[in-house]
Amino acid sequence: MNIVEMRGITKRFGTLVANDKVDIDLGRGEIHALLGENGAGKSTLMKILYGLYQPDEVTITIEGRTQPIRSPAEAIERGVGFVSQHFSLVPTFTVAENILLGYEQQFRLDPAQMHTRVAQLATDNGFNIDPSAIVGKLSVGQQQRVEILKAIFRDCRVLILDEPTAVLTPRDTQSLFEILLKLCAQGLAVIIITHKLEEALQHSQRVTVLRHGKVVGSQETSSTTSAELARLMVGRQTTPVQRPANANASEPVVLEVSGLSVADKRGVHALNAVNFQVRAGEIVGIAGVAGNGQSELVSVLTGMLQPQRGAMRVDGQAVAFGDPRACTRHKIGRIPEDRLRGVIGDLSVADNLMIEQLDQFTIVGHLQPHAILEHAQRLINDFQIKAAPNDPVRTLSGGNIQKVILARTLAQDPAVVIAAQPTRGVDIGATEYVHQKLLEQKQRGAAILLISEDLDEILLLSDRILVMYNGRLVGEFDAAAVDLDRLSLLMTGAEKTG
Amino acid sequence: MMTLGLKFERLPSPVWVRAAIPFVAIAITFALVSVLVILAGANPFAVAYELLIDPLTKNSARGDILVMATPLLLTGAAVALAFAGGYYNIGAEGQLLAGAAAAAWVGQFVGDLSPWLAIPVMITGGFIAGALWALIPALLKVRLQVDEVVTTLLMNSIMGYIISALLNGPWRDPVSGWPQSPTIALSAQFPQIIPRTRVHFGFIVAAVVVIALWWILTRTRFGLELRAIGKNRDGAQFLGIRVERTMLAVALISGGIAGLAGVSEVAGIHYYLIGSLSPGYGYTGIIVATLGALAAPGVVMAALFLALVSRGALTASRELDIPIYLADVIQAVLLLVMLAVLLLTRYRIRRA
Repeated sequence: MNIVEMRGITKRFGTLVANDKVDIDLGRGEIHALLGENGAGKSTLMKILYGLYQPDEVTITIEGRTQPIRSPAEAIERGVGFVSQHFSLVPTFTVAENILLGYEQQFRLDPAQMHTRVAQLATDNGFNIDPSAIVGKLSVGQQQRVEILKAIFRDCRVLILDEPTAVLTPRDTQSLFEILLKLCAQGLAVIIITHKLEEALQHSQRVTVLRHGKVVGSQETSSTTSAELARLMVGRQTTPVQRPANANASEPVVLEVSGLSVADKRGVHALNAVNFQVRAGEIVGIAGVAGNGQSELVSVLTGMLQPQRGAMRVDGQAVAFGDPRACTRHKIGRIPEDRLRGVIGDLSVADNLMIEQLDQFTIVGHLQPHAILEHAQRLINDFQIKAAPNDPVRTLSGGNIQKVILARTLAQDPAVVIAAQPTRGVDIGATEYVHQKLLEQKQRGAAILLISEDLDEILLLSDRILVMYNGRLVGEFDAAAVDLDRLSLLMTGAEKTG
Repeated sequence: MMTLGLKFERLPSPVWVRAAIPFVAIAITFALVSVLVILAGANPFAVAYELLIDPLTKNSARGDILVMATPLLLTGAAVALAFAGGYYNIGAEGQLLAGAAAAAWVGQFVGDLSPWLAIPVMITGGFIAGALWALIPALLKVRLQVDEVVTTLLMNSIMGYIISALLNGPWRDPVSGWPQSPTIALSAQFPQIIPRTRVHFGFIVAAVVVIALWWILTRTRFGLELRAIGKNRDGAQFLGIRVERTMLAVALISGGIAGLAGVSEVAGIHYYLIGSLSPGYGYTGIIVATLGALAAPGVVMAALFLALVSRGALTASRELDIPIYLADVIQAVLLLVMLAVLLLTRYRIRRA
């Protein structure tokens, strides 16, 4: 019998349908992988099960009892546990205190007794954890185990893990699944939200794939292949064909990046020996599932992060890393991933439009209000920004803020454009406008690097597509001849080399 | 956010609401403190008159308001500049005392110079002393990300003890034995600028500083950059502004301006340094800057208003025989209400 049955789950956020009549079943003692790209609706679905969101239409049946779940407290009471990517632990408390927090009945705490209880719980479930350790001093993998133990202590029968391996080293990942297998043998049902294919294939019994909020496949893991899952996950019917004339391979290389490596404090590589070139009049798209090093790449290329190794050249000249001014000097136009970082919201539209070129708008340290205003009015006209020059930028809509950034960047006639998620969260009209402007820049001869989680956008605009997985560029396609199946496999890490 | 069918939106209020703020705040304060005033046996309307209207009717009282406003204009400007740049300088009090000590020291040795030279030298000395006292927390902030709120605040106590050590040690008055520094030279003492009042040259210094503050914040590249940093540090960094350098400059200039407040009190009022030189002007400067919305015109209004109420409190307690502390209470309530009302103006209430 299934322990959880969710039927016809529909959840809308405004006009966006995050979950569209989703059905999902979870068997006792199984590990169920929930696969999908970013924004496919995996997390929304699980937050509904955990009572964080109220669905519009729903029946949720847990252990034969059909009843809506109105809050996480109700979910916990009915045996659902949730371990998110951001742990809800008190770092300065011990393991025992964290696990028993809120579940101690007496006013007076008895540390010795708490220690024994948690130690017993840990041994019973095969956890190797010291109950008196301070949580903040544990490794991420150990903290995750504390979270799981906490859920088990609360008599959890259904455990949801949101991207559990995103923060783990390979070794921790291995021991996580060993623990989960043991717990499943005792009857625990586990749902793992993930976008990593191998993980789903290796460790789950059942896999459900979501795309655009809909279930596009649900089957026994043993009866499927990575190729099939990748196609389901990324799946596109046809490649859009309407594209401008392709870049000429004889154009000079403008942007050249070589041997770029970024490692975090633990030595895990966010970027690993990344090399690529972009020619004048060419749009190169970086495709990939979020979290595979794209953010770090953007940060390095926009002067916000110092890589451990590597070099970047524009027109053959080396660009200093970690210095945003160097980018402006080398005529690198930057459209940042987080648009609220690209503007100062409390300053006016006019100020934001010229703030990268302060030298041109100041005379001996004095701002030139007339020149600033004229410049702003010209760009507001040219880029159809719906705002007055003196409006604070934060009062604008997302699309108009993006236009402010675009106007500032493109009006400087950049040699290189780094466009990171240029249409994230903007409406269709603004999206088309941004695309049109990027194509204009291409015609003008700029070298454009487009980093986007939106594969359709990459397919639509790029002349060449590079695939990023796990901090490496793992494949290259000519946009005219994209093999979507192979692209999907590369993006999800099912195929290692390209 | 939904409450009782009403929706709160984070949108600034219309202009007419903002113009009415002081009056609304005064009315609310009046209602709140009336109870206390009646318990103290006075007429609330009479107290309101003494506090807010009476000082404006007399020439000498009007002068006193300017005298009292002088240090507040300076510390208010110092704090407003720093806060606008996102540097939370709580150390204006210590920087003021550093400037005062420098003025008392320099002032002893400039007797041979003409006032045209002596006064600028002393002012420069006070500015540098204030800036130097601000340097340590500023460096800690910029280089090591040490929270400036804590360091600048603690530096105030340190300076308080240094002043105390100076006054009880090397600078103790040799004749009277009082803990006060020797009187500064006549040529270093600020001249009176309005006859038959105590308004002194320090007020002109303060006026120049406030105008400079306005000009820096609204007209210069430096001002734009510091506002950008204050509003969105990451964004400013991304846009190529030299965040660390600008912040350091902001911290030092802020400290220097606070130092000028100390110079003005020594050279314009006391002519020597005493431990009780400042009744917390550095802290009141935070209130002035906040009430003044971190802009020069607001700083002027807030400083003059606080000076008015302080001056009014003196006569109110004398004339109406109410405890002087009641005036303090009224001031405190007024400030809290004013801040609360200012906060509310950031929102609009709509029917959901």
